[in-house]
Amino acid sequence: MTPNSLVQVGLLVGLLLALARPLGWYMARVYEGKPVGLDRVLGPLERLIYRVCLVNPAEETGWKAYARDMILFNLAGLLVLYALQRVQAWLPLDPLHFGPVSPESAFNTAVSFTTNTNWQGYAGETTMSQLSQMAGLAVQNFLSAASGMAVLVALIRGIVRRRSDTLGNFWVDVVRGTLYILLPLSFVLALALVSQGVVQTFTGSATVPLLQPAAVSQPKLDAAGKPVLDARGDPVMEAATVSAQVLPLGPVASQVAIKDLGTNGGGFYNTNAAHPFENPTPLSNLLQLIAIGAIGAGLCVTFGIMVGDRRQGWALLAAMLLLLVPLMLVCLAQEQAGNPVLGRLGVNQAASALQPGGNMEGKEARFGVAGSATWAALTTATSCGAANSMHDSFTPLGGLVPLFLMQLGEVVLGGVGSGLYGMLLFVVVAVFAAGLMVGRTPEYLGKKIDPFDMKMAALGILAMPLVVLLGTALASVTKAGLAGPANPGIHGFTEMLYAFTSAGNNNGSAFAGLNANTPFYNMTLALAMLAGRFLVKLPVLALAGSLARKKAAPAGPGTLPTHSPLFVAWLLAVVIIVGGLTFFPALALGPIAEFLTHAR
Amino acid sequence: MKRNILSAVLSVLVLTLLTGVLYPLAVTGVAALAFPGRASGSLLRAGGRVAGSALIGQPFSAPRYFWGRPSATSPFPDNAALSTGSNLGPNNPVLAEQVKARIEALRRADPGNTSPVPVDLVTASASGLDPDISLAAAYYQAPRVAKARGLSLSSVEDLVASHAEDRTFGILGEPRVNVLELNLALDRGAPPAPAAPEAGGPRDVP
Repeated sequence: MTPNSLVQVGLLVGLLLALARPLGWYMARVYEGKPVGLDRVLGPLERLIYRVCLVNPAEETGWKAYARDMILFNLAGLLVLYALQRVQAWLPLDPLHFGPVSPESAFNTAVSFTTNTNWQGYAGETTMSQLSQMAGLAVQNFLSAASGMAVLVALIRGIVRRRSDTLGNFWVDVVRGTLYILLPLSFVLALALVSQGVVQTFTGSATVPLLQPAAVSQPKLDAAGKPVLDARGDPVMEAATVSAQVLPLGPVASQVAIKDLGTNGGGFYNTNAAHPFENPTPLSNLLQLIAIGAIGAGLCVTFGIMVGDRRQGWALLAAMLLLLVPLMLVCLAQEQAGNPVLGRLGVNQAASALQPGGNMEGKEARFGVAGSATWAALTTATSCGAANSMHDSFTPLGGLVPLFLMQLGEVVLGGVGSGLYGMLLFVVVAVFAAGLMVGRTPEYLGKKIDPFDMKMAALGILAMPLVVLLGTALASVTKAGLAGPANPGIHGFTEMLYAFTSAGNNNGSAFAGLNANTPFYNMTLALAMLAGRFLVKLPVLALAGSLARKKAAPAGPGTLPTHSPLFVAWLLAVVIIVGGLTFFPALALGPIAEFLTHAR
Repeated sequence: MKRNILSAVLSVLVLTLLTGVLYPLAVTGVAALAFPGRASGSLLRAGGRVAGSALIGQPFSAPRYFWGRPSATSPFPDNAALSTGSNLGPNNPVLAEQVKARIEALRRADPGNTSPVPVDLVTASASGLDPDISLAAAYYQAPRVAKARGLSLSSVEDLVASHAEDRTFGILGEPRVNVLELNLALDRGAPPAPAAPEAGGPRDVP
C-alpha cells in the first residue's frame, strides 16, 4: 500500500464520520415528524400526496398492517416496473429504438430494483429506453430505499415504545423519507456530479469522429441489409473501417445520485461507475463513495437519538467500521501487490510517482488501485453494489474481500435501513448469547428478549445463507447453471458463488463474467433476491411488533451495557463467527483454493 | 384491504411522477443552464469541429499516436455503444495470452525500447472506454511517437508533461494524461497546454 492510498482511505472514513452526526440528527427529526426546515416548502406537497393516495397520516398501525402495506407497495412497484419494460417500445423517450425487454429479464430486473438489489442482468445502454431508466428503474431506486428505511424506523419505534400496539404509518414513513431525505440529497449530488462531467440530457446519443479510424471485421450485408451466410450457415465477415464513435447519452446524473444514496447500485451504463460518463473524475468518485456510505452511517446516529442514548448508535457504527476498514485494507494490499502472472511476463506493476501500478486489469487509470479497492469494499459492505472496477478481475484474495463483506449479511453499514436492522438482529443474538452465559434473561435497551424475539432474529439471519448456498449448489450441479461462468476452473465457481451471494444479500455487484441473462439465472437469482429481502424484512417487523408490546424492564446492576467496547467486540465476534462459519467452506472452494493453487 | 391496495397503486404512481419525471426534469434543466458542456458529454472541439469526447477513450494503433488502455469492447476497441471490461480472472490463461500479445505489439512498434512495460498499457480498462493512461505509460511511448513524427524526444516529453493531470487536491485519484487530448495536440503540432476553463474537470481544446 502506498502512503497516498492510506490517506485516501482515511479521508473517506473521516468524511463519513463527520457527516454521520448532522445527517443522523436530521433524519431522526424527519421520522419523528418534527419540523425539518424543508417542510415549510414541501409540506403542502406532502399533504397533497397523502390526500391523493387516500392515506390518513395520523392513523398508525400494528406490525401486521405495516408489513401488509409494505408488501402491497413493493408489489405495486414491481408490477409497474415489469409492465413499463415490456411496453417501452411503444412509449416515448426511446431515442435508440430498443424493443421490449424479454419477459424473464424484465421480471429479474423488476425484482432486482424493487428489492434494492439492482443486480443487472442486462446492459443498460443497449436495452433500456430513457423512460424505463428514469421513470422505472430510478423510481424504484428511491422507493426501495425509502421502504428499507421505513422498516428500520418501525423497528426502532418497537424498541422505544412501551405497551404499544402500533409501529407508525408505513405510507408516512415512505413519503417523508423520499421527500425530505432522498430527493433533496439526490438533487444536490446530481448537480455536483454534472459539474464533474456526468451527463444529463434527453438527447439519445452523440456521434463523434475517431481521430484514427479503426479496422473492424463485420458481417457482410446483402442489398436487403441481411447478413450474407456462407455454405456452413455462418455469416461472411468482411473488413471495414469505423471512423466514428456513438456515445449513448441520457438522464444519467439524476439516476446515479440516487443509485449511490439509496445504496441501490443500478447504473445507467453496462459498466456502471467505471463508465466515464457515470464517474468521470477522482472527485466524482469521492462524492459517490460518500453518498454510498452516508445514509447508512447517519442512520446509526438516528438510532441513537431515537432510543434516547446516542452512545448506542455510535457503538453500532464503531462495530461496522471495525469490520470495514481492515477488510478494505486487505483488498487494497492484495490489489496493489499486483498479479504474479503478469509480473512473470515482465510487466511493471510497481507503484511509483508515474504510475499507481498493481493489478490494473479491469480498473480505470484515473482511480488506480486505491480508488478501485476502497470502492469495491464500500460498495459490498453497504448493499450498494455499484462498481467502478471489474471485481471479476481482482486477485483471488482481493476479490474475496467484497464477497465476504456481503456474506456477513450486509450489516457493515449495509443497505439504507436494511443494514442497521440486519445489525440489530445480530445484536439480539449477541445479548441472548451473553445472557445465556451469565444465566440472566437477555435484555436490550430496556426490553426483555423472549423466545419469540430470538426466533425472529434467527430466522432473519439464517434466511440469507440458506438461499445463497442452495442457489450456488443448484448452479454447480445443473447444466444451465454451469453454462454461466466465463472463466475456467475454480474462478468459475467463484463467479456463481458471487452471483448468489450478491442476490441473496440484495447487493447487486457481480463477478460480471458470468452470463446471467439466461432464463435459469434470471429466475433463480430473482427468487434469491426476493427471499433475501422479504425473509429478513418480515421477521424484523414481527420482532418490532413484539418489542413494542412489552413493558419497560429498567436496567439493573446485572444488565449488560450495550455501548461499551466490550459489547462492540462481542458483537463483532458474533457477526464474524456466524458469517465466517457459514461461508468458510464455500470460500475455501473458491477464492482461497484459487489463491493456494496459484501461490508459488 | 381494498383501500390499502388502492393506496399502494396510487402512491407508486404519484411518487413515479415526482421522482421519475419531475426530479430528472429539474436536474436536466438546472444542469443545462449551469454546465451545458458537461451535461451533454464533454465534447472536445478542434478547429471548430467536434473531435470526440474528453471523457471517452478512442482506439489508437499507429506508431505516431499515443496508445490508450486496451479495451475489451467489440467489434472494435473503445466502442462506446456498449461499454464492457474483459472480466478475465487473474489466473485465466487467456489474460496471460492477451497481455503477451500486447507487449509484443508494443515491442514491434518500437524495437529499441526494452524497458519494462507499465501495467496499465497492457491491461484492459474496466469500462473499455478509459480516456487516460498513467504518466509512466505515456513516457514509455514517447520515443516511438517522437521517431514516427520526426520530433525530438524532449519536445514530446514536454508535451506529455504539459498535459499531465495531477491528483485532485494532491490526494484523490492518480496522476494521468488524457490520450485523445495529447494526440490532438500532437496533430496540431503546437505543444502549448490548454488552460482549464472550469476547475476540477476535463478541459476543452481551444
